[in-house]
Amino acid sequence: MFSAMIALIITSAVFNNIILSQFLGICPFLGVSKTIETASGMGLAVLFVMVLANFITYFIQLLLVKAGVAYLQTLAFILVIAALVQMVEVIVKKIAPALYNSLGIFLPLITTNCAVLGAALIAVKKDYGLLESTVYAASTALGFIIAIVLFAGLRENLKYSKLPDAMEGLPIALITTGIMSLAFMGFAGFKLPF
Amino acid sequence: MSINLKNELYRGIVTENPLFRIALGMCPSLATSTSATNAVGMGLSVIAVLACSNTVISLLRNQIPGKVRIPAFIVIIATFVTMVDLLIAAFVPTLYEALGIFIPLIVVNCIILGRAEAYAAKNEALPSFVDGIVMGTGYTLALTLLGSLREFLSAGTLFGFAIAPFKYQFILMILAPGAFITLGLVLAFINFMQNKEA
Repeated sequence: MFSAMIALIITSAVFNNIILSQFLGICPFLGVSKTIETASGMGLAVLFVMVLANFITYFIQLLLVKAGVAYLQTLAFILVIAALVQMVEVIVKKIAPALYNSLGIFLPLITTNCAVLGAALIAVKKDYGLLESTVYAASTALGFIIAIVLFAGLRENLKYSKLPDAMEGLPIALITTGIMSLAFMGFAGFKLPF
Repeated sequence: MSINLKNELYRGIVTENPLFRIALGMCPSLATSTSATNAVGMGLSVIAVLACSNTVISLLRNQIPGKVRIPAFIVIIATFVTMVDLLIAAFVPTLYEALGIFIPLIVVNCIILGRAEAYAAKNEALPSFVDGIVMGTGYTLALTLLGSLREFLSAGTLFGFAIAPFKYQFILMILAPGAFITLGLVLAFINFMQNKEA
C-alpha cells in the first residue's frame, strides 16, 4: 500500500511528467514562465486547484454513474472546476489575503488549464480510489511545479543569450522544452527498488 | 451581409492561423500530431465543434447576460464536445483510441473559447459559422502539416503509406521531445520567412 503510493507519486511527478510527457498545461507553461517568481505562483495555484478538483470530481463521477448519465462527465467536470476556481478565489481572498496577492492573477486562468481537467479525467479513466486520485493530483501538480520552475530558470538566462531573430520568443522556448523533455525521458524504464 | 469566402479562408489559414500565428491550442496540437491521420482526425473534430459552438453562441449572444457569458459559452462548447466524443467513439473507434483524452479536452482548447469571445459573441450567426469553419480549417492544415512532418521523420511514411526511398525509424520524433522541437523549428521557419519578406 505504502510503496504503491510512493511509486504513484514518483511516477506521476517525474516519469510521466504532465507537461514534458503528457502534453497537458502547455499554455500556462509557456505563458507564465518568464520569471521563477511568477512560475512558482502559477505552480502553487495549480497544486491547490488540482487537488481540490480531483477530490470533488471523484464524488461527482459517483453521482453521474449512479444516475446513469456518465456521458455528461466532460460537461459536469468543467462546470465543477470553473465553479471551484471561483470559490477558491473568493475564499483565499477572504482568509489569506497575502496568498491571494501572490496567486491572484493566476487563479482565474486555471479554469482553462487543460492539466486540471486532464488530471480529473485520467483519474476516472484509471479507476483511482479517492485517496489514490488525490495523491495522483498532488504529485501531478508537483511535476507541473518542477517543470515550470526549471523552465523559468532556463528562460531567465535565455534572455541574455544572442539568438537568430527567427528563433526569438516561442520557437526557442519550444525547443528548450523539447531538450528538457529529452532529459526527462532518461527516466523511462527506470525500475523502483520496491 | 455578404461574406468574401476567399478573404475569410486566407485569414483563417494564413494571417490569423490559430496554431502558427496566434499560438493557441498547443497541448492537443503537440499530443495528436504523432501521425498525419491522427492530426486530420483531431482537426476535423475541432472544425465540427468550432462551427457548431460559434453558430449557437452567436444566436444566443443577446440572451446571455454579459457577466455569466464565459460559463454559458463553456456549457455550449462542452455539449458539442460530448456529442463529437460519442460520435467518434461509435464510428471511428481506432481514432478514439489514438486521440484518447484529447477529445474531451477540446472543451478547454483556447481556440474554441477564444473564437467564441472574440468573434461569435459580436457577430451574426452566418459569419460566425464561416469563422468557425475557416479558423478550424487553418488549425487542421497546421496540425496536418505538423503531423505529416513528424510521421515522415519518424518512419518515412505519410498517412500510413511508405514514401521514403528506404526504410528507417526515428522513434524520437513521435515521442514528446520530437513534438516540441518540430513545432519550435516550424515556428522559427515561419518567422524567418516573414522577416525576409519584411
